[in-house]
Amino acid sequence: MKAYLIRRLMLIVPTFLGISLITFLVVQLAPGSPVYMKLRQAEGGMAAGAESAQIIEQTKKLYGLDKPIHIRYVIWLGKLARLDFGDSYKDQRPVITKIKETLPVTLQIEVIVIFLIYLISIPLGVYSATHQYSLGDRVTTLILFILYSLPSFWVAMLLMLFFGGGRFLSWFPVNGLNSFGAENLAWGPWLLDRLWHLVLPVICLTYGGLAGLSRYARAGMMEVIRQDYIRTARAYGFSEKTVIWKYALRNSLIPIVTLLATLLPALIAGSFIIESIFSIPGMGRLGFEAILSRDYPLIMGILSISAFLTLLGLLLSDILYAVVDPRIKLR
Amino acid sequence: MTKHANNIAQPPRRRQSWWALVWRQFRRNRLALAGLGLMLVLFFVALAAPFLAGERPIYVRMEGRAYWFPNLKTYPELRYFDFANWHPAQGEYILRTPVPHAPERSNLRDRLAPPSRMHLLGTDDRGRDVLSRMIWGTRISMSVGFVAVGIALVIGIVLGSVAGFYGGLPDLIIQRIVEVVMCFPTFVLILSLIAFLPPSIYNIMVVIGLVAWTDSARLLRGEFLRLRESDFAIAARASGLTDRRIMFRHLLPNGVSPVLVSATFGVASAILTESALSFLGFGVPPPTPSWGELLSQSQRYVDRAWWLVMFPGLAIFLTVTAFNLVGEGLRDAMDPRLRQ
Repeated sequence: MKAYLIRRLMLIVPTFLGISLITFLVVQLAPGSPVYMKLRQAEGGMAAGAESAQIIEQTKKLYGLDKPIHIRYVIWLGKLARLDFGDSYKDQRPVITKIKETLPVTLQIEVIVIFLIYLISIPLGVYSATHQYSLGDRVTTLILFILYSLPSFWVAMLLMLFFGGGRFLSWFPVNGLNSFGAENLAWGPWLLDRLWHLVLPVICLTYGGLAGLSRYARAGMMEVIRQDYIRTARAYGFSEKTVIWKYALRNSLIPIVTLLATLLPALIAGSFIIESIFSIPGMGRLGFEAILSRDYPLIMGILSISAFLTLLGLLLSDILYAVVDPRIKLR
Repeated sequence: MTKHANNIAQPPRRRQSWWALVWRQFRRNRLALAGLGLMLVLFFVALAAPFLAGERPIYVRMEGRAYWFPNLKTYPELRYFDFANWHPAQGEYILRTPVPHAPERSNLRDRLAPPSRMHLLGTDDRGRDVLSRMIWGTRISMSVGFVAVGIALVIGIVLGSVAGFYGGLPDLIIQRIVEVVMCFPTFVLILSLIAFLPPSIYNIMVVIGLVAWTDSARLLRGEFLRLRESDFAIAARASGLTDRRIMFRHLLPNGVSPVLVSATFGVASAILTESALSFLGFGVPPPTPSWGELLSQSQRYVDRAWWLVMFPGLAIFLTVTAFNLVGEGLRDAMDPRLRQ
C-alpha cells in the first residue's frame, strides 16, 4: 500500500508540471494575451524616439518579457508554488484572496451536488439492474438518457421560466445565495433561506452527473450479479436483500468511486455557467467575469486552481480505489 | 446480405462483412434508428438551408425574365432587390422558400413577437425570424460538431496508435499529456482559450478539437496494446512491412470501432460546447445565427419571450440526443457479447 501511494504521488509531479506549462502557454502565446496588448499599446500610441523605446522596455520588464521564455516559465512555476498569481486587473486585489473568498461557496454547492448524485444514482442503478428489462427499468433508463442529453443552461432557463417567476410559477428565487437582509436572521431561518436559494442551481448541476452515474451504477451492478460468488451467496440461502445490498453492492461500487474524478471537472465547468445564470458569488461566476473582462491573472489563477482540484480528486479516487479493491495494490 | 436477416438460424452462405453485421444489429434497436433518422433530418436541414429559409426565392419570373435559384446564385441586377416586399403582377411568378425570412434581416417593429402565422416560432429581440435563424443555425452546429471531432480524431488516432504500438517512453509521455489535458475542466479551458482568440467559427472548431482528443487516444492505445501481440500483427511484422503500414493499414481498421463510438458521442458534446459558448457570448460572431445565441437572448427576456427559451433549446437537445442515441446503438451493435 505504501509503495503504491508513493508511486502514485510521484506521478503527480509530471502532471503538475504539464498543467502549469499549459496555463503558462495559454497566456504567453495567445495572440490576444495581455502582454501583447500592453506592448502594442505602448508601440502604437507613443511618439517615436527614445521615450517610447523606454516605455516598451519598462512594459517588457514589468511582465518579465526581457527574459527568455524558459526563464519566464521557471519564474511562473516559482510563483505558482507560492500560490502567487499576481493582482487582479479589475480591482488590484491579489488573485488568491479573491479565489479564497469565492471557493467556499462553490465547494459548498459542489459537496451538496456530489452527495445528491451518489445518494440517488446508486439506488436507481441497483433497481434498474435487479429489475432488468422490466417496465420500471425501461422508463428509468429512458428518463436518465433524456436527462443526460439536456444542456444545463437550457434547463436553467426552463426552470426560471416555469418556477423562477419567468412566466408561470414563482416558487424559487433565481438570484444570489440569500434574500436581502438575510444576515439578520437566526441560523435556522437563515439556513432555510440559503437552501431555498440553492434549489434551482443544485438541480441544474445535479441531474447531468446523476444520469451519467446511474448508468454506470446499473452496468456495474449487472456485471456483479452475474458473478459466481453471488450465486454462491444465494445458494447459501441469504435473503435477496442481503445478497444485493451487502455482497453485490460493495463490489459494484468500485468503478463508481473512481468516477468522482471525472465528475469534479464537469461540475467546475458547470458552475461557470450555472453560477453566472443564477448570480451566485462563487468561483465559477468569478471565473466567467474574469474571462468577460479579460482579467488574465485571475483567469490563470482559477484555471490552475480548478486543475489542481481535479488532480486532487483523481488522486483521492485512486487511493479510494486501492482501499476498496485489494487487488490494485499488487500492481 | 439483408436477405439472411429473417432466417438467422441458418448459417449465412456468404461471409458477412463487419459493417453488414453491425448494421444488422443496429437495425434492431428502435431508439437508435430514431436517432439516425433525426440525424439525417438535421443533415438535410443543414444542407438545404438556402431552400428552406431566406428572402431570396428559389425561382422568380418578373418583367419577362426568368431567374432560377436566386437563393444560390447572385444575379447582378437582383443584388439589392427587395424580394420580401415584392409581389408578382399579372404573368409574373415567384416561388419562395417555405420560411421567407432572411436569418439576418431585423425588423425593429416586430421585436419579440410571439409565434404567429407570419413568424411560426416568433421573433428575437431584433425582430429576426427565429425559425429562419434556427434553420441556418443547424449549419453552424453540424459543421462545428463534425470538424471539431475530425480534428480531435486525427490527433487522437496518431497519438493513441503511437502510444499503443511502441509502448515504453512514447507511451509514458503521451499518457502524461492525456492526463494533463483531462485534468482541466474541459469547458473552462476551451472558454479561456476562446477568450484570447479573435471570435470566429474556425477558432471554435480548432479549440474544441485540440481539447477533445483524449478519449479517442486512450481508447485506441488500449486497442493497439491488445492487437499488437495478435497473430496477424506478428505476421505483418514478419513480412517486413513498415511500422506505419502495420499501424494504419492493419491495426487501425481492427481497433477503430470503439473510437468511432466515442466520436459519435464527441459530435454531441462538441455541438453542446458550441451552443454553451454562444450562450455565454463567446460563440460565432454576430450576426451569424446560432442556437446558443438565440437561447442567450432569452436570459434577458425570460419573463416575456418563452419561445426564445423553448425552441432553440429543444433544437440543441434533440440534436444532442440524436447523436447520443446513434452512438449508443453503434456501441451495442459492435459489442460481440450482445450479438444475437
